[in-house]
Amino acid sequence: MTEKELQAKAKEEVPAKGERVRPGRVFVPAVDIFETPETLVLVADMPGVSGDKVTLDLKENYLTIYGEIGPPLGPGETMVEQEYSIGDFQRDFHLGSLIDQSKIEAIMKDGVLRLVMHKVEKAKPRKIEVKVG
Amino acid sequence: MPIFFREPRWNPQRELEQLQRRMDRVFQDAFGLEGRPRRAGVYPLVNISEDPDHIYVRAELPGVRAENLEITLQDNSLILRGERKIPAEEKQVNYHRRERESGFFRRVMPLPAMVQGDKVEATCKDGILTITMAKPEAVKPRKIEVKVA
Repeated sequence: MTEKELQAKAKEEVPAKGERVRPGRVFVPAVDIFETPETLVLVADMPGVSGDKVTLDLKENYLTIYGEIGPPLGPGETMVEQEYSIGDFQRDFHLGSLIDQSKIEAIMKDGVLRLVMHKVEKAKPRKIEVKVG
Repeated sequence: MPIFFREPRWNPQRELEQLQRRMDRVFQDAFGLEGRPRRAGVYPLVNISEDPDHIYVRAELPGVRAENLEITLQDNSLILRGERKIPAEEKQVNYHRRERESGFFRRVMPLPAMVQGDKVEATCKDGILTITMAKPEAVKPRKIEVKVA
C-alpha cells in the first residue's frame, strides 16, 4: 500500500430535523461499514466522545448513533485560534432486516466507535424425518 | 400630495456590501466556517486556547496511538508528525462505506506566545490530542497593585 498524506477536511454538519434540546452543533462522523459472512461492522470516528456518552438507538430497522462530546476547553481557558468546529456526532442508518437486534456489540476506543452486528441466521435447510406410524 | 413611498436612490456601494454579507453567510453555512477566514488547512486541524499559565493545542486524531505521534518544539513552533493507521480487516470483508482515511501527516504551527520548552505535556484521550505548554513567567499576566499614597 502506498503512503498517503492526510488532508484536512471541514466537518459536515447534520441537517437540522427539529429542534435539539442540547445546545451546540452536531456533525456527521466519518464511517466505514463492511460485511463479513456473519456480521455487519460499523466503525465511526467520533473524537472527544467517551464510551459512556455514546447512545445507540435501534427502532425497527433504523439505527441512530449519537456521541456527546465532553467539555472542549478546561476551566478558565479561552479559545485563541479555532480551526476545527466542535460539536456532538450523529448519524442515522437504515439496516437490512438481516440483523439480529439482540446481538449488537459496541466498543469505544480512542474516539473510534466499533459496532459489530450479527446477521440473523438464515433458515437452514432441515431434514424432516417421516416417522413410520 | 403626501409622499407615502420614496424610492431610495440606487446605491451600488450598499448593494455590493449586501451581496458580500450574503455570500459570507452562504459560505459559513456551507463550509461551517466560524465567521472567520480559514487558514490553509493542513492535517490535523488544531484549536489553540490559553489560560493565564498555559497554552493548549488540541487536535482531533481518532484512533491514532501515542506511539505513532512525534511532537517537537522548535523555535517556538510546534511540529506535529505522525501516522494514522487503520488496521486491515479480514480478507473476506466487503465494504459498503469507506470514509475513514489513513495516512501520514506533518504539520508545523507557530505558537501565539513564548513557551517553556521543558514544560510541555501531551496527552491523548478519546481521540483528542492535547498538548499543554507552560508560559514563561515573563509573559504571564501579573496583577499590579495600586498603592495608596
